[in-house]
Amino acid sequence: MLDVHAIRSLFPILQQQVHGRPLVYLDNAATTQKPIAVIERIDAYYRTTNANIHRGAHHLANISTEHFEQTREKTRAFLNARETAEIIFTSGTTDSINLVAQTWGRQNIGAGDEILLSMLEHHSNIVPWQMLAEEKGAVIRVIPIHDNGTWQVESLDTLINERTKLVAVNHVSNALGTINPIETLIAKAHATGAKVLIDGAQSVTHMPVDVHALDCDFYCFSAHKLYGPTGVGVLYGKRELLDAMPPWRGGGEMIKSVSFEKTTYNELPHKFEAGTPHIAGVIALGIAIDFVQSLSWSEVTAHKQQLLDHATALLLEIDGVRIFGTAPHKAGVVSFNVASHHPFDIGTLLDQQGVAVRTGHHCTEPLWNFYGVPGTVRASFAVYNTLEEIESFITALKKAIHLLS
Amino acid sequence: MSIESKQQEIIEEFSVFSDWMQKYEYIIDLGKDLPVIENDYKTDDNLIKGCQSRVWLHAQLIETGRVQFTADSDAIITKGLVALVVRVFDNELPADIASTDLHFVKAIGLSEHLSPTRSNGLASMIKQIKIYGLAFSANHA
Ligand SMILES: Cc1ncc(COP(=O)(O)O)c(C=O)c1O
Repeated sequence: MLDVHAIRSLFPILQQQVHGRPLVYLDNAATTQKPIAVIERIDAYYRTTNANIHRGAHHLANISTEHFEQTREKTRAFLNARETAEIIFTSGTTDSINLVAQTWGRQNIGAGDEILLSMLEHHSNIVPWQMLAEEKGAVIRVIPIHDNGTWQVESLDTLINERTKLVAVNHVSNALGTINPIETLIAKAHATGAKVLIDGAQSVTHMPVDVHALDCDFYCFSAHKLYGPTGVGVLYGKRELLDAMPPWRGGGEMIKSVSFEKTTYNELPHKFEAGTPHIAGVIALGIAIDFVQSLSWSEVTAHKQQLLDHATALLLEIDGVRIFGTAPHKAGVVSFNVASHHPFDIGTLLDQQGVAVRTGHHCTEPLWNFYGVPGTVRASFAVYNTLEEIESFITALKKAIHLLS
Repeated sequence: MSIESKQQEIIEEFSVFSDWMQKYEYIIDLGKDLPVIENDYKTDDNLIKGCQSRVWLHAQLIETGRVQFTADSDAIITKGLVALVVRVFDNELPADIASTDLHFVKAIGLSEHLSPTRSNGLASMIKQIKIYGLAFSANHA
């Protein structure tokens, strides 16, 4: 069993009161809190080893570079990529997706080609493809979902065809928590020669990810949803694809040599890392990965399942609650509305009681158009949440409903 | 009654509340009581889009030279807050609307609703009221 109380004690922010109540932080799909080791690592970096990387010939530059590159190796191992050169540091999932759209996408997608997304996508896995499609005259197609928030898998056979160049979907839905059958999708896409990008923003905290076994072409995630700092993200890509992709942003770091006549580009992964990166953040991501790896995946998943099951059961006891997303396989996310109450009203009254949830469209507007509601209240769980917190949340919710009725 | 004295009045009303629940109960009641905006005015032109709750605001200059405001929101707490703001500015002179500092929201401990992260449209609505005040006083001059 996961020692949740020991884990909680590693997160200083959770020890506070909000509006005079103990903070119950259930907005983990937006961003997770940071363990003390991550916070201290950022502090230690600036106190002891701050220097620009890959270029200085001095002591501090060498140490910083080494620490930075250690995170790349940790990330490679975390995702089970074949080589560290396949790990590109970006500023987040959004940045990773845009990188692929602007390089691989502009090189490989043409008029009439199809890009397949799903109804569950986050805006950051929609808009970059729309921008590309508009520029190239390509077509966006969408995997439809069932009412329970799962893909209509049978539609894949017609949606994926010889015009499909790319399938870009999330592994776990941030709005509903659905865990999507990406293995099936990747096999079907590859059968017709399409490439697959997986938005892993919500999955890396929930389950072990093995990009090698998945055989996906690109995988993206953000450090801040994995107990790490904001401003750092990861793009995994297969070497043969990354090698063939043109660079995107130009600048320092990404070049081998520059003259006004001709510039030659650096090798992977540096080709895609122009300019000074978020060095402290990348190093601290390494510590966040250490934290996650120090836990047992089966215990983490079991704990989050328990939180989800408890929250779901208690919510369903409340009159008028409608849960959106009832897939058999879900991560720690529960999205709901209560009768005709506006999510914002519920969220405001929960906040007054120290309970932090997300309300609104969660950056998935097309999904809410499908359900015909403007948005929901969303509670999302992390390893440090407890069953007692679920109960506090439900008590606070009942009080909110009472006030609104 | 001047904008300032209406603000003072609201601050006094809220001073009797001893906890957040009483305060929000009152706001929710105000929201329920706010006369709904006429459907003709509930147009996209009058829509102030916050990220989460939507606010409609209609302004009209009447013969007395004063401005009448009607407003609505799809969230009841936002609607209650909107009711308070409308009460303060309704039936006032354009120049006063444009120039008077709105301080009661902060004074009654609800300034977090003015933060852009709240995105409930309240901050944008107040900005829009000020713009109406300016526009109508310019028309008048
Ligand atoms: C599924 C999914 N994709 C993409 C993103 C965007 O991540 P970021 O804002 O860190 O770039 C998020 C974060 O909200 C997400 O949940």
